[in-house]
Amino acid sequence: MKGWMGKSRILFSLTLLMLVLSGCGKTNLTALDPKGEGAESIYDLMMLSVIIMTGVGIVVLVIYTFVLIRYRRREGHEDYVPKQTEGNKFLEILWTVIPILLLVVLAIPTVQKTFMLADTTPSAEDEKDAIKIEVSGQLYWWHYTYNGQEIQASQDLYIPTGERVYLNLKSQDVIHSFWVPSLAGKMDTNPGENENEMFIQAYEEGVYYGKCTEFCGPSHSIMDFKIVAVSPEEFDQWVSDMQNVNADATPESASAQEGKELFKQQACIGCHAIGSYPNSNVGPNLTNFGDRVEIAGVLDNDKESLVDWLQDPEKYKPGNLMTGKYGDTESAKPLTDEEASKIADYLLQLKPSEVSPESAEADE
Amino acid sequence: MSTAYAEKSGFGATLWDYLTTVDHKKIAILYLIGGGFFFLLGGLEALIIRAQLLFPDNELIQAGTYNQIFTMHGTTMIFLAAMPLIFALMNAIVPLQIGARDVAFPFLNSLGFWLFLFGGVLLNCSWFLGGAPDAGWTAYAPLSTTAEGHGVDFYALGLQISGAGTLIAGINFLVTIVNMRAPGMTYMRMPLFTWTSFVTSVLILFAFPALTVGLFLMMFDRLFGANFFDPAMGGNHIIWEHLFWIFGHPEVYILVLPIFGLFSDIISTFSKKRLFGYSAMVFAVVLIGFLGFMVWAHHMFTTGLGPIANSIFAIATMAIAVPTGIKIFNWLFTMWGGSIHMTTAMLWAVAFIPSFTLGGFGGVMLAAAAADYQYHDTYFVVAHFHYVIVGGVVFGVFAGLHYWWPKMFGKVLNEKLGKWAFWPFFFGFHLTFFIQHFLGLMGMPRRYWKFQPDQGLELGNIVSSSGAVLMTIGAVIFLINVVYTSIKGEDAGADPWDGRTLEWAIPSPPPFYNFKQTPLIRGLDPLFIEKQQGNGKMTPAEPLGDIHMPNNSIVPFIMSFGLFVAGFGLIYQVDDATWLWAVGIGLAITLFSMLFRSVKDDLGYHIHKEDLEEEADAE
Repeated sequence: MKGWMGKSRILFSLTLLMLVLSGCGKTNLTALDPKGEGAESIYDLMMLSVIIMTGVGIVVLVIYTFVLIRYRRREGHEDYVPKQTEGNKFLEILWTVIPILLLVVLAIPTVQKTFMLADTTPSAEDEKDAIKIEVSGQLYWWHYTYNGQEIQASQDLYIPTGERVYLNLKSQDVIHSFWVPSLAGKMDTNPGENENEMFIQAYEEGVYYGKCTEFCGPSHSIMDFKIVAVSPEEFDQWVSDMQNVNADATPESASAQEGKELFKQQACIGCHAIGSYPNSNVGPNLTNFGDRVEIAGVLDNDKESLVDWLQDPEKYKPGNLMTGKYGDTESAKPLTDEEASKIADYLLQLKPSEVSPESAEADE
Repeated sequence: MSTAYAEKSGFGATLWDYLTTVDHKKIAILYLIGGGFFFLLGGLEALIIRAQLLFPDNELIQAGTYNQIFTMHGTTMIFLAAMPLIFALMNAIVPLQIGARDVAFPFLNSLGFWLFLFGGVLLNCSWFLGGAPDAGWTAYAPLSTTAEGHGVDFYALGLQISGAGTLIAGINFLVTIVNMRAPGMTYMRMPLFTWTSFVTSVLILFAFPALTVGLFLMMFDRLFGANFFDPAMGGNHIIWEHLFWIFGHPEVYILVLPIFGLFSDIISTFSKKRLFGYSAMVFAVVLIGFLGFMVWAHHMFTTGLGPIANSIFAIATMAIAVPTGIKIFNWLFTMWGGSIHMTTAMLWAVAFIPSFTLGGFGGVMLAAAAADYQYHDTYFVVAHFHYVIVGGVVFGVFAGLHYWWPKMFGKVLNEKLGKWAFWPFFFGFHLTFFIQHFLGLMGMPRRYWKFQPDQGLELGNIVSSSGAVLMTIGAVIFLINVVYTSIKGEDAGADPWDGRTLEWAIPSPPPFYNFKQTPLIRGLDPLFIEKQQGNGKMTPAEPLGDIHMPNNSIVPFIMSFGLFVAGFGLIYQVDDATWLWAVGIGLAITLFSMLFRSVKDDLGYHIHKEDLEEEADAE
């Protein structure tokens, strides 16, 4: 027992070392490196609470250490009976009042920020230009509808930097939760009428990682998505490109052309829209599929991964709704290698806009 | 023991004795075995979770299986391990601390245990019958109401039966503490463990009905096609969240309050001082109990209740830090100026203080609603509640077991092995959970079957998993200690720790009637007072007389078994209506047992004064 404090000090320094070694998490995923208004505001609150708690913690630890060293029973004093103190009014009032004051210091910014973050009504002058997006949580992907702009998109959410983007959140099935730690806090997406609102905003261009945080089934842990923040000019470009997509355009390569036919034959089109209309969100909208940061949120965006995914989506996302919906569902692989390869060629050339995740990253 | 009531020996007789016992001390042992078994099961599930999260993209187990394992880990640890272990300690000690011969309703006490056990067994049968529940221990609708298979049905029925047992046990302790205190044991002279058990029982009385109602609605949604939680049919899934947390938040205080009491007793005993600020401690406990009910929606900050509700619940939650802080400082000042004897029980108590303080800090941080938008449903939350539940409840159970083992079993747990168990567990605990605060903030949500590579989450998870191994080593050494002590442990005697409260005034283990003569209580820490005044033992409050004892009964066992059968029937009648027969038969067994119990006079029996005198002579 003598080395108690020594041991805890080792533990503490080990922990610090681990944190240094691990960095502080991946850029654009961690809440510890805020890159947007919401996340920064929360970060400040977090730090305030950490400072208050550290202060209290030091007081507790000092008394604790002193007591344990000073008042350990000494040899030969086994029968010593200490003075039986009832308590001490002054001390007890002291450690009631001080915490109350500290909590008031924490409570005021908490309430302030809670209301600030809940303020999802754009000011009168911004009202006309404000970007409002319907976000829908699905088993296990995300769908976005840009209000008033006739754009449907999935998985990658494009936003302009420096501007509050207002989100209206709902779910098609079970509860999900929309979380981009480096930009803002999370908000649940509820099925039914309980729609939620929040705003996100990014200070600088970049690809920000988002995750689903309400347990929603087998593939909950891989329901990832991205926020692609680009400059306002690039964003306008992207919007107009997305609005003017010709869904029937003939792909350049022969293989992709065949893929397009297969895409129709295999009834993929029944669930996946290409082009922002028809307005369908049974499956992810594939308009700008070729520009996705990752396929299905977690796989590398290359042909190999896509072929694997098309042949056996269940392997990568258990419990997803695409499994068994096309091809010869009896066999393990509903698409032959050739079919999958052609469809992949078709999908990967769907790049309607010059503005892509690369534009966000290149400008950094 | 005189031959007049000597027990039969042999395995069969012992088994029958335990199946029928209404003695609170034997029921305590049953709770200990039951809760201990489920604790190991939940621990095994935890190890599988940490093994799966050892590496990114690990394919050790399937997503579906993983969801079942973490759901069952949470459910098992809360309902089937922590609660029964606390009931074990309450059953073993509370009647002794208030100078009672028994609990108020011995028959109900037994019924409460068997309902818990059969509910727990029913729940775990799901593993062998097509899959365990997989919607999380919180079982949010509509994920739970639409989940395939029977897993969630087992959850609804198993917890319903088990929860009924808990409610019964809670009411029993409430009545016991109100009605059966020895002469002179006023409310403000009750030991803190009794006080906290009392407040916990009040919480059980009010919280568990909310769970009962929630589970009932869920059962109707799943088994009979109701639509309470289905938004498409006009239901509202958020009602489940409210019902669950109106139960669920008090539940964590139900778990931790008795532990506060037990640490107060332990710290006071091993510092050789009366508890500093006793009345403030009592006030703090009652206040925590009250506030525990007012803050359930802090689990729902991101549900979308709006900033007004969020702010109110945020401030109410922060307020809990005040009484909790009062307790921490009172414990520190109980030790201040004392003569601290570092036994294993005290070691757990001393380790609890910084661990729980850290857990409390996490709690205050989480209470700040706006900041919770980042913490919610991440490993930060996982870290926080393990800090309070492991750092509080599990440390407390270990401390309580080391402290009261001699009273329960007549033998002192080996101190050396006790300390060997403590250190790996203690370090393993901090290693596992401290880093998880950071994992959460770095973008790792909870209930993740796997995490992605290259997202900065690898190292933290490896550290966390290795801590889990250390904790396991600690737990195994404790088990070795139990076995070792049973075989080779030294006899404890009535008062091995130089105790201050009433339970140490009678032999270890206590005779089945507890107190030959009800003691007279002259103040707080009654035994200490008598020792200081040179009496060394309690003054009786009554002359030696006949003691009335209740009869043993197998009826509680049969009654619970009936509900167990009916539970299976309800679950499977969805597939095949003939299972309704099982419902009928099961309910008939239970109702017939109730009828039998009602019409049969069961007046108990008396231990005669002469026998008690004879026994005293023989000693």
